[in-house]
Amino acid sequence: MNRIHIRGGRLIDPANAIDAERDLWLEHGKVLAVGEAPADFKPDQIIDARGKIVCPGLIDLGVHLREPGQEHKGTIGSEGRAAARGGITTLVCMPDTQPVIDTPAVWELIRRRAKACGNARVLAIGALTHELAGEQLAEMGALKRAGCVAVSNTRRPMANTLVTRHALEYASTFSLPVILCSEDPHLKAGGCVHEGAVASRLGLPGIPAAAETVAVARDLALTEHTGCRSHFHTLSTGRAIEMIRQARQGGAKLTAGVAIHQLFLMDQDVADFNTACHVDPPLRTQSDRDRLRQALRDGDIQVICSNHQPHEADAKTEPFPLTAPGISGLETLLPLSLKLVEEGLLDLATAIAALTSGPARVLDLPLGRLDPGRSADICIFDPEAIWKLDPETMASQGKNTPFAGWEFRGRVTHTLFEGRLTWSIDS
Amino acid sequence: MNSQIRQTDSQGRLRHFLSIEGFRREQLEQILDTAESFAMLPGRQVKKVPLLRGKIITNLFFENSTRTRTTFELAAKLLSADVINFNVNVSATAKGETLLDTLRNIEAMHSDMFVVRHQASGAAHFIARHAAPGVSVINAGDGRHAHPTQAMLDMFTIRRHKGDFTPLRVAIVGDIQHSRVARSQIMALNTLGVSEVRVIAPRTLLPAEARTLGVHVYHNLEQGLEDVDVIIMLRLQKERMEHALLPSEHEYFQLYGLTTERLRRAGPDAIVMHPGPINRGVEIASEVADGPQSVILQQVSYGIAVRMAVMSMALGATAGEAPS
Repeated sequence: MNRIHIRGGRLIDPANAIDAERDLWLEHGKVLAVGEAPADFKPDQIIDARGKIVCPGLIDLGVHLREPGQEHKGTIGSEGRAAARGGITTLVCMPDTQPVIDTPAVWELIRRRAKACGNARVLAIGALTHELAGEQLAEMGALKRAGCVAVSNTRRPMANTLVTRHALEYASTFSLPVILCSEDPHLKAGGCVHEGAVASRLGLPGIPAAAETVAVARDLALTEHTGCRSHFHTLSTGRAIEMIRQARQGGAKLTAGVAIHQLFLMDQDVADFNTACHVDPPLRTQSDRDRLRQALRDGDIQVICSNHQPHEADAKTEPFPLTAPGISGLETLLPLSLKLVEEGLLDLATAIAALTSGPARVLDLPLGRLDPGRSADICIFDPEAIWKLDPETMASQGKNTPFAGWEFRGRVTHTLFEGRLTWSIDS
Repeated sequence: MNSQIRQTDSQGRLRHFLSIEGFRREQLEQILDTAESFAMLPGRQVKKVPLLRGKIITNLFFENSTRTRTTFELAAKLLSADVINFNVNVSATAKGETLLDTLRNIEAMHSDMFVVRHQASGAAHFIARHAAPGVSVINAGDGRHAHPTQAMLDMFTIRRHKGDFTPLRVAIVGDIQHSRVARSQIMALNTLGVSEVRVIAPRTLLPAEARTLGVHVYHNLEQGLEDVDVIIMLRLQKERMEHALLPSEHEYFQLYGLTTERLRRAGPDAIVMHPGPINRGVEIASEVADGPQSVILQQVSYGIAVRMAVMSMALGATAGEAPS
């Protein structure tokens, strides 16, 4: 089906400042027109979007795809299906696959498999250092030529500050944004929860807020020094946000992101050793959570991501410190974001911007918007549909979610990737 | 994936003993009262009682501890239970088996109770969550989290010497941060209604937001010991020096070691406790450890009575059923 007419929906396209009832006309995988019907357009399919929201397909910045190397946790196929269910059309994957994405060959393998699966666009963040070991620079020039859209060392430690400096300088040579997961490994010291009252009570090794703030301070200084395009990924502390805000006001070229679960959960949720709440960075205090929410409202945070990390059941079935951190988050990214709107923290357009045009801008991608000529990546959701999350019905191979049983208002009804329907609630 | 573990049944009877947290004062007192009835046994000609005859108790130790394992084993045997000892460090998990697989395999041997020690905080909760219904779990120390029977034997020792808990000031000295014993002691003391719990340590050995545990924090030993009735010294491990938490044993003893002179700051009848094994000349001077105010050796023998109490209560047999 080459021609699709999406009829009667409320179109929210923050990049084009549109929030109005508009029809969409798609042809050959691209947006042909917004609003008025193009001349002689005979649709092969009509999607009735009355009462629904139509927005650009979501871009999830920094998902942990498990293929290659850990297919028992998730495959490109399974996670692509989960993305489609969640209204996500672009998965920007972290380089910590096995082997890591530090050569064009590994990226090429992922790219081919993603293309074969076809449920979502997969883009890669290449490694900042060889094997993510933090010692030797990765071949970033080759990675850029192969199509990597950014570089990162994920949460693996860098050998020292000089290597970090050179890595940022080298990345900026190719105008590659650097996705920074700022964390001091020494202060982290094998911790598994926020260092605070809950850690003290349960005797769990803590990760102090300073593990993040010390590293953010260092990375801000190096960003300023090198002129690199830095994106501070998955921040968890209010203090770090304060520093980022000040740096931005001083004119630094940087952006910031938060994992959606950090806006809802707190260290108190770990009580009784709830391994579903074992995440990295750890869930912080209520004051941190509130500050992160405020920063999103104020525009100091431009990106919401899922920090998707699917795991097999066994990885979470151990005593808390021995479990693998992470949440399978693709299918709750949009519903949780809509909860922020329901709670009155954000307006719908701002929430959608943080899931579409925000990440696109960070990575300088021609995505996350619906003007004519662009790829027809579209998410349609019913903002009034009420449903409950049952992990067993999730498409992701990882059922590891702390949101099991949560009730959500707002559900994806259709996802189109390059003009193809990859998810329909009726199918 | 994670449900709340109840340590008591709907009638308030003990099912598991994983942590002091969640127990009411009268429940802890009931454990102490039951322990009283067992404390007499070692002095008798026939030391065993048939309360747990026909029951199988498995010591599941993922971390070495000869002393604790032996006291649990002895307590079980005095109750006439059959005891299986699993030193899991050198068997299954070392070959890559998960904790859950280990548990399933051992469960197939029809244990009525697991006594668990593990290096990870929360391990006893984990096992209680996954154990078959009807199997009781006793926490014999998990990571930095809890060691409730050790705390209860300390409470037993305090009650024997002091009687009423309510007027007492208790000081806990040393590595609170890494101590599961200290966490359980603090919760037990507060639940039993003591007047004041103090912790005395340099900041590197204190948990973040220590005050939220319900304690007064002191960094100066002399000040912290002023007028206390009970002093609990904690064991210091040498690795605390290697991890840059302390400069040296020498300085630690200079600042936090319990000497006769410092002991004079405490109340005249203050008792000195230590969960053992003690490092003489590091935490405590020999003349204090062996002195008249020390109750360290009594703690060890009381440990058996307290563990007998907990085991018999968790398996539904009470000391009242024991033949006189």
